[in-house]
Amino acid sequence: MPGKDAAKARPQAGEKRVRFPPGWLPYALVAPQLAITLVFFIWPASQALWQSLLIQDAFGIHVQFAGLTNFRELFADPLYRESFKVTAVFSLLMTSSALVISLLLAACCDYIVRGARAYETLLIWPYAVAPAIAAVLWSFVFNPSIGLLTYAMHRWFGYEWNHLLNPGQAMALIVIASAWKQISYNFLFFLAGMQAIPKSLLEGAAIDGAGPIRRFATIIFPLLSPTTFFLLVVNIVQAFFETFGVVDASTKGGPVRATEILVYKVYHDGFEAGDLGGSAAQSVVLMAIVMALTVVQFRYIERRVQYA
Amino acid sequence: MIEHRPGLRIFCHVMLALGVATLAFPLWIAFVGSTHTAERMLAVPLPLLPGGHLLDNYRTVLVHGVEGASTAPVGRMLFNSLVVALCISIGKISISLLSAFAIVYFRFPLRMFFFWLIFITLMLPVEVRIFPTYKVVSELHMIDTYPGLVLPLIASATATFLFRQFFLTIPDELTEASRMDGAGPMRFFVDVVVPLSRTNMAALFVILFIYGWNQYLWPLLVTTQENMYTAVIGIKRMIPGGDASVDWNLVMSAAMLAMLPPALVVLLMQKWFVKGLVETEK
Repeated sequence: MPGKDAAKARPQAGEKRVRFPPGWLPYALVAPQLAITLVFFIWPASQALWQSLLIQDAFGIHVQFAGLTNFRELFADPLYRESFKVTAVFSLLMTSSALVISLLLAACCDYIVRGARAYETLLIWPYAVAPAIAAVLWSFVFNPSIGLLTYAMHRWFGYEWNHLLNPGQAMALIVIASAWKQISYNFLFFLAGMQAIPKSLLEGAAIDGAGPIRRFATIIFPLLSPTTFFLLVVNIVQAFFETFGVVDASTKGGPVRATEILVYKVYHDGFEAGDLGGSAAQSVVLMAIVMALTVVQFRYIERRVQYA
Repeated sequence: MIEHRPGLRIFCHVMLALGVATLAFPLWIAFVGSTHTAERMLAVPLPLLPGGHLLDNYRTVLVHGVEGASTAPVGRMLFNSLVVALCISIGKISISLLSAFAIVYFRFPLRMFFFWLIFITLMLPVEVRIFPTYKVVSELHMIDTYPGLVLPLIASATATFLFRQFFLTIPDELTEASRMDGAGPMRFFVDVVVPLSRTNMAALFVILFIYGWNQYLWPLLVTTQENMYTAVIGIKRMIPGGDASVDWNLVMSAAMLAMLPPALVVLLMQKWFVKGLVETEK
């Protein structure tokens, strides 16, 4: 488990007793990583910060410092607020369905013991599929004119599916395609977490007359809560960022912006609509979101180390 | 297990089988789609069982690409994806290994500053710095080049942390012994640190290879020429806005080919994959 390694590292507090004499060598060793970090990460990010404070006129000739105007305009923009809402709805649906399904599968896999390994292999491969390809596969299955599921729903239930026209169905499509990919990841973590629970605890409870459902509710699930919380954060990060490929390869934010999540909007406004200041301000907002999520994640790891 | 409950056991198997089937369903449909002719793919309902055109379709896609969508042969795109995925994974591992070594085994001014600079990259995914990064890459004339595809993705806080964490567990006695033998830091690095890190490198490699192969947003921005497309981008470009003129059999063949390498890596290196996944994400 990750917590154990961190705990082992802790007494040394990140310090080695034995070191090599410094000189130019350590600088040379960090140089490649540092160069790439500065050129492709720090510099562009500071550019985004700076640009978010500027306003450009329609012809891109005149640039002027505008303070927080871009941000004020951004949050006053109903389309941006709408995009926030779409992202929130999407993250909620995707995260909850992926977590519930994978928890159920992991619990089943943990319970049966025999054959668990084979199921694991059969359940983890979607992790290897690119989000954009997952979207292509699912939009093929749900294709409005030839999709198999579209046909089946029409034939058996009289339900018409067209995610190119129906906003709710478009949202359902990107939720399915993203959750499909996320399930294997969550499953692995849940299963690892369950297998780390001492068997003696469960046996003791069984002797006291607790059935499997009760054991799950009173022992397994509470002990899994660090894993669950960790996965919750990771899934939200996934929903915010990795989904770009899913959206771009299936709905392209449509219909009527029903699936225009924040990351897609940054790309769209910056590259297709050419609104640099606005796009930069959106980047900065996203940066703030990632930072908040990272801080939450790290604080939680600290806590887990103390409890371990 | 603890007690004998055939009912629950059967329920678990049924749930797992359902899960496996649901996950495999779109893959099966794609596979079936890749084995039929273009005409068959226009007749509703679509087939549920494979047809006899598997080899034709895959050969067409690999050598000629998908007609009408005017894209390069998928063989070329797979090659690009392979180069990008290998460069990203090997590059990330190498530079992280070196910087973690410097940070753990030397005390020098600015050490913590460098450490924090690297740490910050964790909070700057491509998605939040797309436009300015694109500008940097185009000013360096790296659009449509492999370095342009690879370099902006290659810094890795996670890998650096993982190696730092691991180096801290290497016993100091090893360092003392090799210093006593007169070995310099690089000698120690090559003879002791790298061999000991092999397990971690393998685990990281699996995760990073998949990460590199599946990149989407960045290759979408920096590739404008068809012969520089990666497989994932190429497939997306095969599907234009309307769906009238799509050769679904060929698109599905290309999709199958693009999924194969990372899936093989996961399945063949399952042990490393699970280890890498659980260890990098902390």
